[in-house]
Amino acid sequence: MTDFPQTWAFRSPRARLALWFGWLCLVALFVYCWQVMTANTIWAFIWDAPRQAADIGGRMMPPRLSYLPELLVPLWDTLNMATLGTLLGVILAVPVAFLAARNTSPSLLILRPIALFIIVASRSINSLIWALLLVAILGPGLLAGIIAIGLRSIGFIGKLLYEAIEETDIRQIEAVTATGASPAQVLNYGIVPQIMPAFWGITVFRWDINIRESAILGLVGAGGLGLKLQASLNTLAWPQVTLILLLILLTVVVSEWVSARVRGAII
Amino acid sequence: MNSYPTTWRRPPQIVTDRRWRIALSVAVIAYLVIGLGSVELNWQRIVQGGERGLRFINGFLQPDFTSRWKDISNGLIESLTMTLTSTVVGVAISVPIGIGAARNIAPAWVYYICRSIIAVSRALQEVIVAIFLVAMFGFGPFAGFLTLSFATIGFIAKLLAEDIEDIDEAQAEAIRATGASWLQLVHYGVQPQVMPRLIGLSLYRLDINFRESAVIGIVGAGGIGATLNTAIDRYEYDSAGAILLVIIAIVMVAEYSSSYLRKFLQ
Amino acid sequence: MLTLTDLTKTYRSGDKALAEVSLTVPKGQVVGLIGPSGAGKSTLIRCINRLVEPTSGKIILSGTELSGLGTRALRRERRRIGMIFQEYALVERLTVMENVLSGRLGYVSFWQSFTRRFPPADIERAYRLLDRVGLMEHADKRADALSGGQRQRVGIARALSQEPELLLVDEPTASLDPKTSRQIMRLLIEICDERGLPAIVNIHDVPLAQQFMQRIIGLRAGRVVFDGTPEQLTESVLTTIYGAEDWTAMRKDGEADRVAEAEAVARLAMISA
Repeated sequence: MTDFPQTWAFRSPRARLALWFGWLCLVALFVYCWQVMTANTIWAFIWDAPRQAADIGGRMMPPRLSYLPELLVPLWDTLNMATLGTLLGVILAVPVAFLAARNTSPSLLILRPIALFIIVASRSINSLIWALLLVAILGPGLLAGIIAIGLRSIGFIGKLLYEAIEETDIRQIEAVTATGASPAQVLNYGIVPQIMPAFWGITVFRWDINIRESAILGLVGAGGLGLKLQASLNTLAWPQVTLILLLILLTVVVSEWVSARVRGAII
Repeated sequence: MNSYPTTWRRPPQIVTDRRWRIALSVAVIAYLVIGLGSVELNWQRIVQGGERGLRFINGFLQPDFTSRWKDISNGLIESLTMTLTSTVVGVAISVPIGIGAARNIAPAWVYYICRSIIAVSRALQEVIVAIFLVAMFGFGPFAGFLTLSFATIGFIAKLLAEDIEDIDEAQAEAIRATGASWLQLVHYGVQPQVMPRLIGLSLYRLDINFRESAVIGIVGAGGIGATLNTAIDRYEYDSAGAILLVIIAIVMVAEYSSSYLRKFLQ
Repeated sequence: MLTLTDLTKTYRSGDKALAEVSLTVPKGQVVGLIGPSGAGKSTLIRCINRLVEPTSGKIILSGTELSGLGTRALRRERRRIGMIFQEYALVERLTVMENVLSGRLGYVSFWQSFTRRFPPADIERAYRLLDRVGLMEHADKRADALSGGQRQRVGIARALSQEPELLLVDEPTASLDPKTSRQIMRLLIEICDERGLPAIVNIHDVPLAQQFMQRIIGLRAGRVVFDGTPEQLTESVLTTIYGAEDWTAMRKDGEADRVAEAEAVARLAMISA
């Protein structure tokens, strides 16, 4: 860097010092965190990992194709979980979004913070954790998975939707208000038409994400492909694991394609 | 005086063919019936669950931070250290891969290699990666660290590559015209343009990594997720509520401070 | 007939957008409102149907006092005031017909408007108005598929479908080319003539105002500084309205305008809530 001393002239010595200090802090923090994290690590296991990897890799090949028929019902369950969960999420998220948007919230002091908290809470907690909880409460099965997907989707859909509501064109809303329309009519004629494209885009996007998530929810007992994955892992049936992973990958790719096509058609 | 129609129906906007519309609605209803039908409802279990659900909500409203505080704080420390180290390492690896995956500055063969690394990292769910890494490296935060680093690569490198592809060509062209080498081009023509975004993305990923660290613990990769899993297995809903509240609080703090930091840096 | 008495609007920032404005608009009269940007033209128009809440003063429309009405009663009175906007303010993603019918929202129940089942008389009226403004064949098109002039015609039809007793027109030609501007102005004047409809038209284009208006009111810094016929609008009067080169005042006005806009947005938020 000393080759071109002039180019650095715009950065004052003080700023440069601060920059270096910042980097130093980051490095120190990293080293400290690394020490804390690896305090209980057994390094022998880690040096052993390549051998383990080769071992598992060897067992995984080739995938056991004859297992496929058994996976069709779980696959259907996974798709159902994602779709019905998205539906549930949408139904719950729409009112939350309208409560959270600054321009439609009926009370900025009470209801808006509550709606925002619901959105943050739902976003912070992954659907797998929701599923873990719901399986403990409702017992294993699709229902827990659907509700878990739905609860996680509230935050995602709610956040993007309320941002879309806040970005609506105020003049169109003003014009509808000026005709003497009631608040419900202003919503119906002034706001809803403006957010429709965003709404469909967000919903399909979330559906695509939910397909990925629902594929693994079975790991904690919520049904679908994940359940078969868990069972195969428990019995160390590696060739089946490979097949399940391939199937999940295929589903994800297809759903991504569908979602991209649908979003393209809407917008 | 001519007369005007007295009825009007809104013309359909998306599917204009009437038969297709009917077919579509029938298909949707049929799916809902079949789909909902395939959900097996065990009412007895649900009634039982109602009571447990109430206990959980109670736990959430009256969280118990104290009785398991040692486990919670251990889990938190694991999660936080895992988050930071994996973000740093992940970003450090992402930068060369992201540069290599930018079509406008990388040669074709490098481009394809880097793009496939990104594709693999994005296609694999964190949890599935964690399962394998736990099998290879044993239980504990080290496997979690590797999982999150791996996931970070796909995320940061992809967005970084897109940013580099979107840079102002004129600026890069100007640097190239001075006869700069490839490295100098990256340093002077590209880095200043993408640096603020890269920092923003790293902070965002830090936030995501923390949330994910709570998940991969469930499959044995250490962190707060493991603590949560234990709490739920033992039906200690008040401790579980406390853990969830801690997660929510940290995510909120991270979100606000990172949006503040991003504003400050730009 | 519309009577304003001492209408005043002071924004929370302390800026006085309107200061004791008093005027009367008799039936059938089209009044042009001119003045520099930020003089309070837009605020004045929006105070009349209380899209902006006036600080003090009275608004009386054919015997009913609008200031101080509750929300429900205010909505009923708004039906009698048609409004036409600067950038058309059509709901872009709705069809032309829905936009025209939205002028009837104050008259129908929520359910009727939600299902788009308006009374036959409303639909007949909407078609008649669309025919009047020359857009009969565009009824089923989406509003964002139309050109600027066509959209403003839809805006006019929407305001008329309210069967208003007063038209408020906010810079109807600001985003149109000169030829279309004249067509739109002519249409407006014709329609007001046909129905004996009084109107207040905000207009920044002085020649256009002189050509079409029966009476012109000049506004400067929230005060009425001129009120007379187009012939009386001389060079020296224009200097009083627009100022010779008083740029500092103009800039301050621009500031007030921004404040006004922000407040209008905040108010609307509460209305639509």
